[in-house]
Amino acid sequence: MGGGEKAIEKQAKMGKLTARERIISLLDKNSFHEYDLFVEHSAKDFGMESKKLHGDGVIIGTGTIKSKPVCIFAQDFTVAGGSLGLMHARKITKIMDHALKMRVPLIGINDSGGARIQEGVNSLAGYGEIFFRNTLASGVIPQISVILGPCAGGAVYSPALTDFVFVVENISKMFITGPSVIKSVLGEEISMEELGGAKVHAEITGNAHFYAQTEAECFEQIKSLISYIPRSNAKKALSYPAKAPLKGKKVESIVPVDPRIPYDMRDIIKSITDGSDFLEVMEHFAPNIIIGFGRMDGETVGFVANQPMVLAGVLDCDSSDKAARFIRYCDAFNIPIVTLEDMPGYLPGVDQEHAGVIRHGAKILYAYSEATVPKVTVIIRKAYGGGYIAMNSRHLRADFVFAWPTAEIAVMGPEGAANIVFRKEIAEAENPEEMRQEKIQEYKEKFANPYVAAAQGYIDEVIEPKDTRARILHALQVSENKSVFLPNKKHGIPPF
Amino acid sequence: MSEKKELKELVVQGAVYQTKYTKKFEQRTFWEAPDDRLIYSFIPGTIIDIYVKPKQKLIEGEVLLLLEAMKMQNQVRMPFDGEIVKIHVKKDEVIPNRHLMVEIKRK
Repeated sequence: MGGGEKAIEKQAKMGKLTARERIISLLDKNSFHEYDLFVEHSAKDFGMESKKLHGDGVIIGTGTIKSKPVCIFAQDFTVAGGSLGLMHARKITKIMDHALKMRVPLIGINDSGGARIQEGVNSLAGYGEIFFRNTLASGVIPQISVILGPCAGGAVYSPALTDFVFVVENISKMFITGPSVIKSVLGEEISMEELGGAKVHAEITGNAHFYAQTEAECFEQIKSLISYIPRSNAKKALSYPAKAPLKGKKVESIVPVDPRIPYDMRDIIKSITDGSDFLEVMEHFAPNIIIGFGRMDGETVGFVANQPMVLAGVLDCDSSDKAARFIRYCDAFNIPIVTLEDMPGYLPGVDQEHAGVIRHGAKILYAYSEATVPKVTVIIRKAYGGGYIAMNSRHLRADFVFAWPTAEIAVMGPEGAANIVFRKEIAEAENPEEMRQEKIQEYKEKFANPYVAAAQGYIDEVIEPKDTRARILHALQVSENKSVFLPNKKHGIPPF
Repeated sequence: MSEKKELKELVVQGAVYQTKYTKKFEQRTFWEAPDDRLIYSFIPGTIIDIYVKPKQKLIEGEVLLLLEAMKMQNQVRMPFDGEIVKIHVKKDEVIPNRHLMVEIKRK
């Protein structure tokens, strides 16, 4: 019964399920087995000695999702606000150790007021032990954090160290310092929702990877994600029966020839995935790049694709962070990466430069270079300048690089290039604008195509758009036993 | 959250692209060259004390006022030799971040 009827009623009034209801909704029917139900805290100060906290405010156990085993913990807000004391933390670290040892995914449902102040420094020790294990397990087993209540102060760092963070509208709240502290110290007034609500983390901070309207929708997202990813870094994701893409939009009719006119890149992804299914990750953050999972011939594939519909698909600080982390995720968990490219370069602006677009942009280069999973690139339209190199080019060791006939691989776009290369001619012309247009056209004809790069072998093949799926599939088949070795090292120093 | 927005123009390397903006992009702040004769607060806080008066001549490093924030009394100092032109804050005033506190001029 957790914290008793009254507390459960209060939880329901906030639109929240109880910890146990959440576990039962998420796991396969009758699959949950609980441990440490009888654990009690041993705190003696501030009247704690006379207080009994059921299960010490957290439920831990094992179960299955779509028949795949998982370890899970769920903080129980109805018991002392889900506050984290020593035994509460010990239960969590016990199930974390279990997950790591057994090589199964770990799911943490966070709903806690934070450290149990009465337990003092022992609470802090508890958090530290959790963070350490999150780091240890990173890249070994999938770690999923579900924020279904407050998650404040030090507590936010556990989700931040895990692979995927799920948030739900009006329920999730994450921040380091809450609105009341901010107001008293700094005089800034802001609501919890505006400071660290679900939308904020899905759209602005990039702390959340999946955003849902309800807990039920959130659980469906988790189940879907679990179906795409392997149990551990020693396994491949499970295969599903192959399906053809739906007969929706014809892939060859999606892309306008004029590189300045946008389209929705998701239409291309859906035209090549099994059943046109695509589980988009971080949909609302930096939407100028798209990342997510799909299947091709039943096997999981990670997609990284520029989105011309938003900010012309440019690379910037946020989109670089978003893509780079996803690439590293796929690489850690043996998921081949398909890159679809249509991007005019980096976003110009003082704000970008001062925000460190150099080190942020470098993350993509690092992530692609380092990744040893099969890497296939399809250049749909624009591939200019530094962005061309970054988007899994041959030079970063793409295994296969295909280009559509509409592809333009060039050191920069025709407009910019003409201004530089033909500066003198344009300046000295009788009608500079006319000359400029003429030179842009000249450059376009010579360089805005895939054949210059193809002549160097930087592109393996110019393909018909309608053959895209077949060519990627073949490339992935050929790459199945890919085996490359990086120099031995403790670990690299990626740009942060 | 993904409501259809009107297509707008974005210029990258001389080419004009039709595209949508993100909220973050629309809300970006534009850079202005800083004016070192204007001393702004670097953190929200309370003016605990003011040690100088207009027209007073000071040398670099002299303390102008105390700005308390995060339980710390920050000394705001003269960045170069010069003179106080105007003081824009009062003792015990609570001010936000990037608030103009003092105007100065070079010697």
